[in-house]
Amino acid sequence: MTLAVETRQLTRLFKRRKPFFKKAKAEENGGDTLALDKVDLQIKEGELFGMLGPNGAGKTTLIKILATLLLPTSGYAAVAGHDVTGDPFPIRKQINMVSGGESSGYGLLTVRENIWMFSQFYGIPSKQAKAKIDELMHVFGLWEKRNEKVRGISTGQRQKMNMIRGLVTEPSIFFLDEPTLGLDVNASRVIREYIRDWVKKQSGKTILLTTHYMMEAEMLCDRIAIINKGQILACDTPENLKRRIKQDSTFRIEVDALKDMDGFAAIPGVRNFSAANDIAKNTTRLTFILSDESAVSDIMSRVMGQGSRIQSLQKSDPTLEDVFVAMCGRGLE
Amino acid sequence: MTVAVNRIALNLRALVGRSYPRVVGLQREPSWLLFDTVLPLLGIASYVYIYHGFFAGSEGPEAAARLNALVGFVVLGGTMIAFWLNVLWSMASQLYWEKEMGNLQLYMMAPMSRMALLGGMAMGGMFMTGTRAVVTLLMGIWAFGVVLVVTNPALILAVFFVTLIALYGMGMMLASLYLLYGREAWHLSALMEEPIFLVSGFYFPPAKPLGRAVMLGAAIIPATLGLDALRQLIFPTTALGADVWILPPETELGILLVLAVVFLFLARQSLAYLEKLARREGRLTSRHQ
Repeated sequence: MTLAVETRQLTRLFKRRKPFFKKAKAEENGGDTLALDKVDLQIKEGELFGMLGPNGAGKTTLIKILATLLLPTSGYAAVAGHDVTGDPFPIRKQINMVSGGESSGYGLLTVRENIWMFSQFYGIPSKQAKAKIDELMHVFGLWEKRNEKVRGISTGQRQKMNMIRGLVTEPSIFFLDEPTLGLDVNASRVIREYIRDWVKKQSGKTILLTTHYMMEAEMLCDRIAIINKGQILACDTPENLKRRIKQDSTFRIEVDALKDMDGFAAIPGVRNFSAANDIAKNTTRLTFILSDESAVSDIMSRVMGQGSRIQSLQKSDPTLEDVFVAMCGRGLE
Repeated sequence: MTVAVNRIALNLRALVGRSYPRVVGLQREPSWLLFDTVLPLLGIASYVYIYHGFFAGSEGPEAAARLNALVGFVVLGGTMIAFWLNVLWSMASQLYWEKEMGNLQLYMMAPMSRMALLGGMAMGGMFMTGTRAVVTLLMGIWAFGVVLVVTNPALILAVFFVTLIALYGMGMMLASLYLLYGREAWHLSALMEEPIFLVSGFYFPPAKPLGRAVMLGAAIIPATLGLDALRQLIFPTTALGADVWILPPETELGILLVLAVVFLFLARQSLAYLEKLARREGRLTSRHQ
């Protein structure tokens, strides 16, 4: 088995910078952030691997270390068999990265010129790069915009351009950091379909995708690691992850907006729960993972005790979000 | 062998790629040509008329030669200012802007040499500014009737290009340092504008009366010695007397060569340090960090 990415006990601590002029007070010395905490990970060549976690979970930090932009504080990380702390050149030749909401490039260049410029930083012969760019522009539906200046295109078109920028260098390992963030349904669908085919229809291509869209992770990934507060909580196929909480029951309850949700975790039989407020509808959506279904009556009593009406109650099959709630005690949104 | 050739090819492509936005930028924003040639001419004109005022009433070939030399100084200085401003605002500050735009981390992730990145910026900047400078120079010569005496064109070209290499080498070095200072880049550039116009003598004969220490400091800016050498080679040395010059042009060319090598070496070292720091602390290549 060839590993595209391997990490062992990978840790990254961001130290808080001390004020330059004034002497830091005792309490100001705290605040260091442990972004990655002894992460062990193995991603096989040819795999589409997902990292699922909320903002600040450590996903981007991990990608930056693997993309040779950041050094680990301790532990080991290798990409394509090369240690990220050593000479980065052999890694950089084989990787590329695209992030959601990226605004790279120069506004006065056209879309085609911009992508061409980035391809030159990887030494792709100009003619070859232009042919590949044209091919990818057709695939991503950007051909009509090829001669438009970058400053004039929409967010979705810009992200498609970024995807082409990453793909034109034909990386073996492609890091995608929330690539569909903030995109409309159509643009997201085009990107998702392409990356799934890109890995499956070619040999030796690997993708590490970070996302906090459950559907995206479930639809695309061969395996998923759930990461929270810098720690990998679980790593398996989407089916196996859901099977882990199969013996539990998942209940989704929508009620009038609740103010006090402190007591739910203490109800016997509640393994974990998450809550999200819908301000427009003035409701609260609760998801409970229950080890004992009899806890439902206690939950109802507590809701009604606050004078809140129950608008809907549904028992459902576990989703990846439920797996996340069971493990982290919170939802992703 | 093949590996070395591939690396050279990669870095040459990267250099061409990074210079492209600046080369093509000139065509995309032709208004820049107007702003960067006509407006500097107004600045040049103000000094030209001051010098004409000094010589009002003076007649004879000696006075005419001295006036021509002074007006020529201003036109040449005004032309070289374009390069200095480009080095300050588009070289030294550039990595900071690249970081803000989100390009820097993509550059740092690419397998190209960092010197190819800086070199591309410099080459593009030289081309873009060179075009504007030539227009300013020709319009200045035509508008103010400057008489040039070109006796050693090879040496003039050597001085000009070595000055540019040293100047842009300095910009490449400053690019990394500015990035470390973050937002202070604005202030640093502003701080380095006017005082250096004065001590480098862009609009005046060399500022020798300010003392040796100031001249030594000014000589670190390659434009100072470059301008001095070019003026000596273009305008008859006798017009303003031999005492006005800082050093003989050949010596100045030698110093400029040393400056070029030193600045390029320091640029390489400072960028390597910057990258090391960026990877260690993770705060330089990403926006908002």
